[in-house]
Amino acid sequence: MSGLVEIQLLNGIVQGMIYALVAAGLTLIFGMLDIPNFAHGAFYALGAYVAFTVVAATGNFWLAIAVVPLVVAGLGLVVDAFAMRRLARAGHVYQILFTLGLVLIAQEAIVLIWGANPTSVDVPRALDGGVPLGVVSFPYYRLFLVAASALVIGAVWLALERTKYGAIIRAGIDDPEMVACIGIDVQLLFTIVFGIGVGLAGLAGALILPIRGGQPAMGNELMATSFAVVVIGGLGSYLGAVVGGIFVGLTQAIMTILYPAASEVAIFAAMALVILIRPQGLFGKR
Amino acid sequence: MLELSGVDTYYGASWILKGVSLRVPDGGVVALLGRNGAGKSTTLKTIVGLVAPRAGSVCFDGSEIGGAAPHVVNRRGIAYVPEERRIFKDLTVDEHLAIATRGNAWPRKRVFGLFPALAPLRDRRGRYLSGGEQQMLAIARALVTGPRLLLLDEPSQGLAPVIVDAVISSIEAMRDEGLAILLVEQNVELALGVADRAAVIDQGTIVFDGTAAELRARGDLQATYLGVGT
Repeated sequence: MSGLVEIQLLNGIVQGMIYALVAAGLTLIFGMLDIPNFAHGAFYALGAYVAFTVVAATGNFWLAIAVVPLVVAGLGLVVDAFAMRRLARAGHVYQILFTLGLVLIAQEAIVLIWGANPTSVDVPRALDGGVPLGVVSFPYYRLFLVAASALVIGAVWLALERTKYGAIIRAGIDDPEMVACIGIDVQLLFTIVFGIGVGLAGLAGALILPIRGGQPAMGNELMATSFAVVVIGGLGSYLGAVVGGIFVGLTQAIMTILYPAASEVAIFAAMALVILIRPQGLFGKR
Repeated sequence: MLELSGVDTYYGASWILKGVSLRVPDGGVVALLGRNGAGKSTTLKTIVGLVAPRAGSVCFDGSEIGGAAPHVVNRRGIAYVPEERRIFKDLTVDEHLAIATRGNAWPRKRVFGLFPALAPLRDRRGRYLSGGEQQMLAIARALVTGPRLLLLDEPSQGLAPVIVDAVISSIEAMRDEGLAILLVEQNVELALGVADRAAVIDQGTIVFDGTAAELRARGDLQATYLGVGT
């Protein structure tokens, strides 16, 4: 064994953690606000570009991954408070149209601000090099990405499962009307969840930047796969999004070894299969 | 305390409540009775803000709450126990109480004193509770928000007789502590047993409003509007 298969599987996990971060945020928003946030990928792209700017200005990648989730979450709060909340009264269709419009606006804004050419940043110096695996080596940065994602995913999970605010969010995913009836401002809760959800997507964008670089349409490519992850894992299920994300990342990696042409199709075939056999998704409860 | 006057409520184009006027006095227990689809649940949903009235006023302690958001209505002092109980499936009993608790009128000890059956189930999630346990938790969840008026929608529905007894004694205990209650019930006997006033609603209109004793004496009304003795 030359280590190539192992590398491929490890890369699958790296990609899977990115999917997990993005889908975890998406499933919170989708599950609770009951709208497919098509702009979720745009927040991922913005995360990458904001990280690029921070690195360009300060040379400090660590600062970038600390700042990006906050900036992107802040943007999310603004979008939700000023747009989503108003549109909720008009109905889902308007929210969907709005988020689709947001994708185009974000993409053009990126071109206007950062230009149409791909951007990239160097891997932070502390994480240069890699773990030798046969004839190749696996970059330290990718291991860091897996560990950092796991840490954030775990922390959010703990907050959801073990704190009062997490319980409020879980109750809101289940029955927002009833949450309002016990005196909780559900609109405010929605806005906060929207901010947390897109903040996770922004973090994923920042983390992937040193590996893939940034390009204006990067969010779109991710979106379809992320919806597949959410559907496979179960709408509104946090654990489902995480397990689904890693599952889809690994599936892509394995298919790339076995039959590269079908690596995309395999994901959507898996999604179709899950919908047919278990419409609520692997970890869905409804 | 609570006064509805001339309330009209619609679901889309359907006219459900037609000029409903109803009063719940301070500390009073009022039973709202009527057949399926008469407008009982809609009356409660209009009060708590889940549907907005299109006309008329909903007054609580002298201020208008008609059309206010549900969390605002709850914070004013009205708590709601819905017909379907609507327990949060993923939350434990303790979590239900934790997220709903406001003020310190209802510490855990007092809640579990009223519903001893819930005490050993503190870590059990909503989806694993029986119908009776869910009903007790739904009432407990409403109480810990510290209301002065409690709206109960069909609390006895689908429950075993022994659980119904427990629910009734909890209603009596809350009444004895001075909590005002608006009770929607299909079970006329049960409702008139705990209420001091009663109103009958039919096709979205209040057709009787008086004391529980008066309604007891009106076999004709009970037969026509409540299907009792027919």
